[in-house]
Amino acid sequence: MPQPPSAPKSSRSSVGGLLLRLLGLAFIDALALLLAYALVGNGLWPAAIALVVVTIAINWIFLDERLYPVRWLSPGLLMMLLMVVYPLLFTVYVALTNYGDGHLLSKEQVVRQFTTQHYQPPDAVVYQTTVYMSADGAFLLVFTDPKTNTRLAGTADEILKPIDATGDLPGALKDSTGKEYSKVEAMKTLRLLDRLTKIPFSDGTNVVQVTGMGKASQRKPAYAFDPATDQLTDNRTGVVYKPVKGTFTAPDGKTLSPGYHVMIGFENYLRVVKDPNIRSPFLRVFVWTFLFAAFSVLLTFVVGLSMAVVLNDKSLPFRGLFRTLIIIPYAIPAIISTLIWRGLLNPNYGQFSGLIKGVFGTSPQWFIDPFWAKAGILLINTWLGYPYMMLICLGALQSIPGDMFEAADIDGAGKWLQFRKLTLPLLLVSIAPLLIGTFAFNFNNFGLIEAYNKGGPPIAGEATPAGQTDILISYTFRLAFGSGAGADYGLASAIALFIFLLVGGLTMLNFRYTRQLEEVT
Amino acid sequence: MAGTSLSTARRANLFLKIGIAILAVAFALYPVVWIISASLNPANSLLNLSIIPEPASLANFERLVSDPQYPFPLWIWNSIKVAAITSVLTVFLTALAAYSFSRFRYKGRRTGLLVILLIQLFPNSLAIVSLFLLLQQIGNIPGLSWFGLNTHGGLILIYAGGALGFNTWLMKGFFDSIPKELDEVANIDGATKWQVFWSIILPLARPILVVIGILTFIGTYGEFLIARVILKGTENYTLMVGLFLFNSGRAQEWGVITAASLVGALPAVILFFVTQRLLVSGLSSGAVKG
Repeated sequence: MPQPPSAPKSSRSSVGGLLLRLLGLAFIDALALLLAYALVGNGLWPAAIALVVVTIAINWIFLDERLYPVRWLSPGLLMMLLMVVYPLLFTVYVALTNYGDGHLLSKEQVVRQFTTQHYQPPDAVVYQTTVYMSADGAFLLVFTDPKTNTRLAGTADEILKPIDATGDLPGALKDSTGKEYSKVEAMKTLRLLDRLTKIPFSDGTNVVQVTGMGKASQRKPAYAFDPATDQLTDNRTGVVYKPVKGTFTAPDGKTLSPGYHVMIGFENYLRVVKDPNIRSPFLRVFVWTFLFAAFSVLLTFVVGLSMAVVLNDKSLPFRGLFRTLIIIPYAIPAIISTLIWRGLLNPNYGQFSGLIKGVFGTSPQWFIDPFWAKAGILLINTWLGYPYMMLICLGALQSIPGDMFEAADIDGAGKWLQFRKLTLPLLLVSIAPLLIGTFAFNFNNFGLIEAYNKGGPPIAGEATPAGQTDILISYTFRLAFGSGAGADYGLASAIALFIFLLVGGLTMLNFRYTRQLEEVT
Repeated sequence: MAGTSLSTARRANLFLKIGIAILAVAFALYPVVWIISASLNPANSLLNLSIIPEPASLANFERLVSDPQYPFPLWIWNSIKVAAITSVLTVFLTALAAYSFSRFRYKGRRTGLLVILLIQLFPNSLAIVSLFLLLQQIGNIPGLSWFGLNTHGGLILIYAGGALGFNTWLMKGFFDSIPKELDEVANIDGATKWQVFWSIILPLARPILVVIGILTFIGTYGEFLIARVILKGTENYTLMVGLFLFNSGRAQEWGVITAASLVGALPAVILFFVTQRLLVSGLSSGAVKG
């Protein structure tokens, strides 16, 4: 029977469906437009452009019948773009910048922060103030210059305007919108002072700021920024600051804080190679990451395989019960198990340490001694990971054909020889990809390291916050979010990309091995 | 002669295996038994070494629900909420994508499947710095504050970003095993593609939907790194983040810590054992194409 055309037109474009689709699109477009507007308002141009592009793509996908199958993919793809692809690309960008403490803001934000600072010049006009307040708590102030006897009046939202300076001030005034404000007695302005001092009244060029009860003074901008020359000038001293790698720097080397983030090329990568304060902890962490992942795989595999061999014996009584009990560690969330093991290993009161003390007379310092801290982590990870290994080995053992062993028996091969020459190679062929997967998982096993001892014990005398048991991912975390040395998003991202490459390489290897990719239909 | 010696060897072998199995069970259960015993011990310290505490009491569990500084019940609720929403979203997004890959033939289909798998092989927890900065920006946008830093919305978005990937392959494999003739018959009867998907494919694919949903739930429930970075306020913590800080905050109160661990582990453990059979059978039927 010939295949019918892939999808009859009528089935997908009923009138109601079309209407629903158009309504949905209109809603999405309206939402996107609002969002784009808000993004532009916040100065986030790249995000706004990305949003517009994505919205156009969505419209196209849902209007062009040829793209019908893509419609089904689009929600998942959208999430993936937003939360996987974009963060990955952004990581590449951040790794090329000095983003981090001291450089957290954009240049625009930093310039705004400086140019909105004000100072009181020696020749500033000092005003006497009269406060008016509206029923809803808004202020209108009258500023009187006692020297020239002129008056300015206005609210926080409008520029101060001169008003009639003769005679007493009236009991009520109106602003330009007609809202009425009534006079507040001088004595009662005291408790309003907190709010009044925060309002930046402006006469057009200078800020007029309330400085005390009944008093205000003229203040001038402390800095001026010239976009043409890209220079920031300090109005008080006349010193000119030029941007150097995201920091405004004076000719004499003095810098202004905060700085902003800029591209600094491959400096973060070079720091890992050149700066001995970073290179030495990085190498340590790097080597331990490999050892940790490799030993974790090895230990869980050996323990898991042994148990699988035992449980695979059909003559073993209570097999089902044993199996159920033995995989319990797999069901408990790893963070919880690790925290519990911490208690068991506590050198003073811990149960497990107590057992060891009972047998050997002394118990290792599981959290202070670097070697034993690593041993403790491997012990816990073995406990956490062997049930998974046992399950996959059990499956693999059962799929090895039994007649091979019969042939080996006839040839007089012993059990151990059979295990080494037959079982193990056959097993390894089928579970090697899972072993690589476990290696990659442990390579990034942040939870275990963090829950065990937060990467500690610390490495003495290092400039970056690396601990003896830190692996690359936890080192990255500490560089970016750790307390102490300050956030260094740039360096953290560079190291994260390095992990990306390693894990990616491993995974490609895995795929080559399993040929999974070629089997897609 | 040879027969008896063989059976003696067999017997020795069996005893050895029973011994190993018992040792293995002891290794597996040792911390579990300790959690239970310590949580029932009102002494609240590590010092007590007896396995069965005397007198056993539920005092630790009572303290768990009554301490406003560590809102433990709220953490469990947060974790279940986040994990449940994430797994429903994941199953839905994956089912849509898998339907497209399974039922339509178009240019770039195979490439798309490969690209999705490759991209998702990189855990997005590696981009944690970017995700942190991204949510920070999103939170600053008026109207999107629900998805900023320190929100469950933002956390769920990040988790749902990893929805496609291996799940899509698993589900596509299952969908492929549902005969296409069913779709065609329904089409002839005038059903739309959506109706076919919703009322024919999804009910038939229930085992794989449940498997992916539960795997996602368990994974999300235990996730630590992203939740730790994104969530800041005590009242927003998921259980894993809460327990972690709870643990460092109450260095010696092991009675309460073990009680919290016991209660916190229960949802994951129960789900795992109740659905164990389904997980295994669902996985194998999804992987084997019909």
